[in-house]
Amino acid sequence: MGFLDIDNATKSYGAVEVLHRVDISVEEGEFLVLVGPSGCGKSTLLNMIAGLEEISSGEIRIKDAVMNGVHPSKRNIAMVFQSYALYPNMTVGQNITFGLEMHGVPKGERETAMAEVAKLLQIEQLLDRKPGQLSGGQRQRVAMGRALVRNPDVFLFDEPLSNLDAKLRVDMRTEIKKLHQKLGTTIVYVTHDQIEAMTLSTRIAVMNGGYVQQLGTPKEIYDTPANLFVATFMGSPSMNLIPVRVRTEGNAVYAVTQNSQGQEISLTFFQPSDRLRSYDGQEIILGIRPEALTDVEGADQRSAHVERLENMVAVTEPAGSDTFVTTTLGGAECVARMRSDADVVAGKQTVFAVNMEKAVVFDPTTEQRIL
Amino acid sequence: MSVATQDTAIRTGRIARAMIYLVLVLFALFYVLPLYVMAVNSVKPLSEITGGGMMALPEVWTIEPWLKAWSTAQIGVEPTGLRPYFWNSISMVVPAVAISTVLGALNGYVLTKWRFRWDTILFGLMLFACFIPFQIVLIPMAAVLGFLGLAGSTSGLVLVHVVYGIGFSTLYFRNYYAVFPTELVRAAQIDGAGFFQIFWRILLPSSGPISVVCIIWQFTNIWNDFLFGASFASGDGAPMTVALNNLVQSSTGVKEYNVHFAGAILAALPTLLVYIVAGRYFVRGLMAGSVKG
Amino acid sequence: MQSKSEVDFRSRLQIWLPKIVLSPSLALVFVFVYGFILFTVYVSFTDSRILPFVDKNGDPTFSLIGFTNYEKLFSLSHWEISLTNMAVFAGLYIVICSAIGLLLAIFLDQKIRGEGLLRPLYLYPMALSFIVTGTAWKWFLDPAIGLENIMQSWGWVSFSFDWIKSRDFAIYTVVLAAVWQSSGFVMAMFLAGLRGIDNEILKAAQMDGASNWNLYRRIIIPQLRPAFLSAFVILAHLAIKTFDLVIAMTGGGPGRATELPATFMYSYTFSRNQMGIGAASAVIMLMTIAAIMIPYLYSELKEKT
Repeated sequence: MGFLDIDNATKSYGAVEVLHRVDISVEEGEFLVLVGPSGCGKSTLLNMIAGLEEISSGEIRIKDAVMNGVHPSKRNIAMVFQSYALYPNMTVGQNITFGLEMHGVPKGERETAMAEVAKLLQIEQLLDRKPGQLSGGQRQRVAMGRALVRNPDVFLFDEPLSNLDAKLRVDMRTEIKKLHQKLGTTIVYVTHDQIEAMTLSTRIAVMNGGYVQQLGTPKEIYDTPANLFVATFMGSPSMNLIPVRVRTEGNAVYAVTQNSQGQEISLTFFQPSDRLRSYDGQEIILGIRPEALTDVEGADQRSAHVERLENMVAVTEPAGSDTFVTTTLGGAECVARMRSDADVVAGKQTVFAVNMEKAVVFDPTTEQRIL
Repeated sequence: MSVATQDTAIRTGRIARAMIYLVLVLFALFYVLPLYVMAVNSVKPLSEITGGGMMALPEVWTIEPWLKAWSTAQIGVEPTGLRPYFWNSISMVVPAVAISTVLGALNGYVLTKWRFRWDTILFGLMLFACFIPFQIVLIPMAAVLGFLGLAGSTSGLVLVHVVYGIGFSTLYFRNYYAVFPTELVRAAQIDGAGFFQIFWRILLPSSGPISVVCIIWQFTNIWNDFLFGASFASGDGAPMTVALNNLVQSSTGVKEYNVHFAGAILAALPTLLVYIVAGRYFVRGLMAGSVKG
Repeated sequence: MQSKSEVDFRSRLQIWLPKIVLSPSLALVFVFVYGFILFTVYVSFTDSRILPFVDKNGDPTFSLIGFTNYEKLFSLSHWEISLTNMAVFAGLYIVICSAIGLLLAIFLDQKIRGEGLLRPLYLYPMALSFIVTGTAWKWFLDPAIGLENIMQSWGWVSFSFDWIKSRDFAIYTVVLAAVWQSSGFVMAMFLAGLRGIDNEILKAAQMDGASNWNLYRRIIIPQLRPAFLSAFVILAHLAIKTFDLVIAMTGGGPGRATELPATFMYSYTFSRNQMGIGAASAVIMLMTIAAIMIPYLYSELKEKT
C-alpha cells in the first residue's frame, strides 16, 4: 500500500477505452512524472486522480481511502493547471485563499497561511494585484501558492511550465524541484517534455496509447527502456536504432551490420544474455544513445567495453557544448554526440567509439527490449 | 497614416475615393432622412406639414404635438395620450428582460461547463425556438393566457416574452462561456466551490460585457414587439407599439401628422437612447444573434 | 455514519444541480414552443372558428376535418396574393439588403475618415420598432403630404409618386422601408467578415498583381461566404415573419396589395374567426422557416462541438 494508489484504473468514453488498467503506487514524498505524447492519456489519468473525471473501473486511493466518486474538493489534493487558471476577477491574495474560504477556514487563519506561502514563493509584493497584471513566471508562482496554501496530501501539476518561454521554464523547473526537496510533498506531474520528466522526477511513468509503457526511475527509463517507444520518446536526440543480425561464435555474440559504404562490420556485445544468444542468425534492433556513439577521445573512460569503427561523416552540427555528427549504420541514420572540438569533417571518414556497455537490443516484431 | 488595428492592404485612387465618400454620404442621408422627417415635423404646427413643408425646418416651433401625443391624444376610445401605454411597456420590459437574462446566464453556464448527453440537441431545440414564426403559437398562447386569467395583462406579456426570449439569452451566454477557460471551473471545483459558488464567484464577475449585450438585445426586442402585444393585450394593457399604431391608424377626425411623429419618436426613444449610449454592445448582440460564433 | 450520508446527499445534489437549473427553461420551451406547435398543427385539422375551444357545457366547439383547411387555404385568392407578395418582398428584400450591405461594407473598409460616425448612422434603424419605421415611411411616402407634395412645392409640378396608394406598387414601398431598416445590419455583418480576412493574403494577392476589382472578386468576396449565408438566413427569416411593418405602413392594402402570410394568418385567426385556416397558414409559415433554419442551425452547432 502506497500513499497514492492507482489500482487497475481504466477510463472509457462509451465503448472506447482511452486508459487501460493503470497500476501505479506512489510513496509519500515521491515525485511521479507522467510523460507521453499528446493523447496518451496522461492528463486523463491526472484528472481522474483529481476527481475531475470519473473512474470507469478500478480504484484510486489516497492514504488508503478510496477516492472513487469523491468530490475533488474532498480529496485533499491541489492542482496547478497549464493555464494557471487564476481567477481573473480576484487579487492574488484572494486567489490563494479562495480554497480555504470555500472550506470554511476562518479569516485569520487564511491570512496567516497566505502570508507564509507568499513568503515561501517570494510573491508578497504581488498580493494586491490582479492576475492580468502579472508576468508568466509570477502567475506560475501564484498558481503554486494557491496549491501550497491548502497543505494537501498530493499535488497535481498539469503541464505547468508549457506556457513559459524557454529560459523561464528552466528556472521554474529548478524552483519546483527545490520546493519539492524542501517540503517533501507528494507530487504527480504531467508533461510531454521528456527533459522535464528526467530532471524533476523520482519516478517516471511513460505513457502511450492509454497504456503505461514503463514505470521506473529516470535512470532505469533512460538506460534500460522497456520497448522501442520508450527508447525513442525519452532522450534528445533520440536513441539510434540500428538493424543488426545476431551471430554467436563460442562465448562471443556479435551484432553484424553495414557501415556507410555497405561493407559488413560487427560489434561485440558486452555480457550477452542467454535470451540474446537465442536470437542467433535473426535480425534485431540495436539501440545506442548518441552519447554512447562518440569520438575516441570522448568515449566513457570507465566503460568496460568500447568498440571502434570507421565510418563516413554525413553532416556535422556544432551545438556549442557538443558536436552532433550524423552517419549511417545498417542503413539507418545515426546521431553521434562528440566533443565540441572533435576533429570531424563532413564527407570524410572518422573513427567512432561505441560504448557497448550501454547498448540495448529490441525484438523487431514485439518491439520489446531483449533482456 | 497607417492605423495599427486594420491596415488594409488595398489602395485606391483619388477619384475612386471621392466616389466612395459620395456614395457613403448619400446613404447616410438616406438612413437619416426618416428620423429627420419625424423630428422636424413633430415640432411644427399641422398646417406647415399639409402645406407642403415636410422637409423644411419649422417656421413656428411648438412642443404642442409632443404634449398631445404624450398625454391627451385619442388612443382607442380614451383621450389618454401614450403615457399609460409607455408605462405598460416599461412594466412589461423590465421583468421580462431580467428573468430571461438570468435564465439565459444559468442555461449558458450549464450547457458549457456541466455538459451532459444530448446537451447540444437540447440547445438546438431552444435556439430554433427563437426563429419560429410566432404565428404558430398565437392560437394556443391566447387559449392558455385566457385559461390562466392573464389575457390582456402585462404579466401575460411578461410570460410570453420570457418564454420566447430564453433562446437568444441562452445563445449569448452559451457562446460567451464556451470560450471561458474550463480550467478555472476545475480549479474552483478543487478549491471546494459548489455549482452556484462557481457561477457567482468565478463566471459572473467576468460576464459584464455579455450581460450588457443580452440585456440590450432583449430590451430592444421586447420593447419593439408588436405581434404579441396586438394579439394578447390590445386594450388598456397594450404596450407602446400597439398604442402608437392605434394612434396613427385611427380613422376619426383630422390626421395629426405632427402628433403621430411625436408619438413615433416617443416609442423609439428608449431603444434609440440605448443604441446611442451602448451602440457597441448593441452591434455585438446583433452579430452574435446572427453569426453564431 | 450520519455525516457520510450527508456528504453523499450534497455530492449527489451537486451532480443533479445543473440539470435542475436547466429544467425550468427546457420545460417552458417544450410546452410553449413545441407543445404549442403540435397544438396549432392539431387545430389546423379542425373546423375551429374562435376561442375558447369548449363551450359552457364543456363540449368541444370543433371537430376534426382532415386536410380540408389546407385545401381551402390554397384555393383562397387572398392566400395566393399573400404568397405572391411574399415571394416578391422576400426576393427583393434579401437581394437589395445584401447588395447595399456589401457595397457599404466594402466602401467603409477603405480606411474611411469618419467611419465611426457613418457606421452608427447606417445601423440605428435596427434599433427601431417596425411600427415606428412604418409610421415614418407611411407619411413620408403619402402623396398628400410626403415626397410628391414636397417635390411639387419645390417647383417640380408634374412630379408624381403615389406607389403607396397603388395596388401594383405598394409592395415595393414596403420593400423600401424594410431595406432601410435592415441593410445597415447586413453591412455590419459583411464588415465583420471583411475585417476577419487575413491581411497577408491580400498583400500576397497584390504581389501577384491582382487589381482591386480582381482582389474583391476572386479573393475577398469568396471568403465572405459564411457572412452571405448568415445574412441570407437572417433576412429570409425576417422576411417571412414580417408583420408589423405592413400593419403600420399599409394595413395590407390598398385592397390586398400588401398582404403577407403573417397578416393573412392574423386576420383569419383574430378578425375573421376562421381559426382553422389561420392555423393552417401558420403551419405553412413554420415549415418554410424550418426548411431554411434547421439545416443552418444543424451545421452551425455541429461545427462547434
